[in-house]
Amino acid sequence: MSQADPKPRLRLALWLPLILFAALFALFVHGLTNPADTNVASAFVGNPLPQFDLPPAAADRPGLATRAFQTGKPKLLNVFASWCVPCAAEAPQLAALAQAGVEVDGVAIHDQRADLTRFLAANGNPYAAIGRDDQRAVQLAIGSSGVPETYVIDGHGVIRYQHIGDIRPEDVPKLLARVKDAGKGAGS
Amino acid sequence: MIAEVGLALLWLAAALAALQLVVGALALRPEGRALAGLVRPVAVMQGLLVMGAFAALVMLFVTTDLSVKLVVDNSHSAKPLIFKIAGTWGNHEGSMLLWVTIMAVAGAFVALIERRLDEATLTATLAGQAFISLGFYVFLLIASNPFARLAQPADEGQGLNPLLQDIGLAFHPPTLYVGYVGLSIAFSFAIGALVTRNVGPAFARAMRPWVLGAWIFLTLGITAGSYWAYYTLGWGGWWFWDPVENASLMPWLAATALLHSVSVLQSRDALRAWTVMLGVVAFSMSMVGTFLVRSGILTSVHAFAVDPQRGAFILALLAIDIGGALALFTLRAGTVTEGKRFGLVSREAALVFNNVMLSGILGIVLIGTLYPLLTEAYGVKVSVGAPYFNPAAGMFAFPMFVVMAVGPLLRWRQDRLSGARSGRRLWPLAVCLALVLAVLVGVELTAHGIALLPALGLSVAPGLLLASLLPLRGRNLRRTPLPVWGMVVAHAGIAVALFGMASESAFSVERLAALSIGEAREVGPWRVSLDGMMPVAGPNWTALEANVTTRYAGGTPVQLHPRAETFTNPPGTRNESALETRWNGQLYVVLGEQAEDGRWQMRFWWKPFVPLIWLGGALVGLGGALALLGRVMSDIRRLVAKDKIAWRRMRQGR
Repeated sequence: MSQADPKPRLRLALWLPLILFAALFALFVHGLTNPADTNVASAFVGNPLPQFDLPPAAADRPGLATRAFQTGKPKLLNVFASWCVPCAAEAPQLAALAQAGVEVDGVAIHDQRADLTRFLAANGNPYAAIGRDDQRAVQLAIGSSGVPETYVIDGHGVIRYQHIGDIRPEDVPKLLARVKDAGKGAGS
Repeated sequence: MIAEVGLALLWLAAALAALQLVVGALALRPEGRALAGLVRPVAVMQGLLVMGAFAALVMLFVTTDLSVKLVVDNSHSAKPLIFKIAGTWGNHEGSMLLWVTIMAVAGAFVALIERRLDEATLTATLAGQAFISLGFYVFLLIASNPFARLAQPADEGQGLNPLLQDIGLAFHPPTLYVGYVGLSIAFSFAIGALVTRNVGPAFARAMRPWVLGAWIFLTLGITAGSYWAYYTLGWGGWWFWDPVENASLMPWLAATALLHSVSVLQSRDALRAWTVMLGVVAFSMSMVGTFLVRSGILTSVHAFAVDPQRGAFILALLAIDIGGALALFTLRAGTVTEGKRFGLVSREAALVFNNVMLSGILGIVLIGTLYPLLTEAYGVKVSVGAPYFNPAAGMFAFPMFVVMAVGPLLRWRQDRLSGARSGRRLWPLAVCLALVLAVLVGVELTAHGIALLPALGLSVAPGLLLASLLPLRGRNLRRTPLPVWGMVVAHAGIAVALFGMASESAFSVERLAALSIGEAREVGPWRVSLDGMMPVAGPNWTALEANVTTRYAGGTPVQLHPRAETFTNPPGTRNESALETRWNGQLYVVLGEQAEDGRWQMRFWWKPFVPLIWLGGALVGLGGALALLGRVMSDIRRLVAKDKIAWRRMRQGR
């Protein structure tokens, strides 16, 4: 290495593999420290709710229509079904959200009135309104791929956030914050 | 007891690896010369100990020792014996133990039989091998102990994923692992040569069989894995550009390039730094692949053993091993003097071109695999698949095929394409013309509704097959050296596989049908009818088996039995497809669910010439094996001759 180097430019090329590897390493560290969110969010986030008017699914609650979301107050829209086990598991969390003053509206997918009554009696009924969606029409129209899913809808009926899967206790504050944000966005 | 013995053996092996590293490093200094004799025996001993540890784990799985956590998590007493054994490496800890076992055994093997390399470079190589092994020992012993016991023995094991309970999977991972980890030898050779600055034909001669050995296993492992995915996953495809598949393809591409550049270094003393670089890159790709698979940073169908903690550990190993090797390369490669020069039209130039193209494909695959990770960093989700990989890789592959046809016919150092006096020299030109013609035929095929890439494949493959046989022309076939046969067979294998791929993609016929019993359908030239359904039971599964009668172009009927299997331990299902292979293709039948109206959903594919893909892969592996055999035989002959000379001298009292 001591003798004069006839080709200094070639020496630079020797650094290239090391530099490339360093870039690769940085990418890996980033990928490892920021685990990818494997949920595929609905493309409808940021869009207004589609027009719908669902008949009531339960005897003691009204049905659900798009205009119910245009009252200026943010609400939660919960897609659920009596036949869905995780939906029963998330019931206490929905109750806690309703307790915190957020209106929760439900869309029951593919359900029977008797089953639903039993489900609500067993798990509690946090819903202000429950629409009956036998054809999965509304579910598909808002880009929900399964039950349960929970949407934050702002006061103008625009979808602000989509939570996929059941709501765990640690998700409750997150959802409350989302509702608050949606309220601010709608107020301005 | 067996578990404790296994763990103790593993610790001892790790200690010996540390010793091997320290002694090896000391022996490279002038004052430590005396220690050099210690390195080989230590390496052999380390290999034996870790083999013992691996055997202990296999024993635990065979006897289904339910006090060992790994056995409980991955095995079940009712599993057939072969899958109990295969269960040893069907999980993270066991496969990592297999990894270090292969690494140590390969090191021991080098220590035992490598006599061509100069002693200093060999010592540095073995120290390098010990260094990478040591990292993986630490990983095993600290973060993934396969011998951990449960405080309370379990009543029964959790069983093995049904997809993995397949004879193809019993052998596919070990084969692939021998390939992956075998490349660590090339890596260590590269490090050793960088340390002693001794890169030349002798080094290349010593390195080549090790690269060849790993490459054969890698080739066969990828081929077997592709066939396994084809018939067990029931998707009818043979390559999905899944990150895990790419992780096996990238080391193969690098090793293929290395194999060719090492032969340039061996014969012509050229491409010194490049060869060393490829030696580092090939095993680095193995490690990167392992990291991608096990850290879970990419979404893959093979999401086994995913754990970010382990990912962090492997990433640290990557940084130390690859970063260290590349830093050494950067510092030393400048002093590895440039090799001999060669003309633009020569065997070397063709091999360089092939290397550049292979590296190009490697880059394409690497970028495509990591691109989702890159965009994820900016919050954008993408998935990269065949629409990117096929044309991008094809862009490099087709020029490579052309040069691959011509290259073996060229002379070393300098050749001429025109002004030839002897007939032999006309061949390269003729091959070039033939290939241009083939491309024109391919373009013509696209006019008949075949996509460009398959059309090119179909038209290039026959010419490539013919051209790859040309090096045998004018030779006495019985005296043709085995390595030449190896090259011819491997190149022909590429042509055969290319034809299979192109034909599968151009001519496949797919039918989805809901059939009631007694109903029939046309699938390409086939007529298939569903004759009946019956329940069958295996050792740890029950299944519904369809009785399907198939007839090719009105010929004799053949019965096929696709199954929908239900496994109990753990619960799971698997659709076992049924295949009927003819000389000109394969009929693929999958049984699906029963619809509400009582009809059975079935899926049929007629795939003309699809078996050629794997036949080609096997030929490539066979070619490698022939070349290796030729090399080993010539080495043995040389040793025998040496012995004879020594014996004569002794007798003559000299």
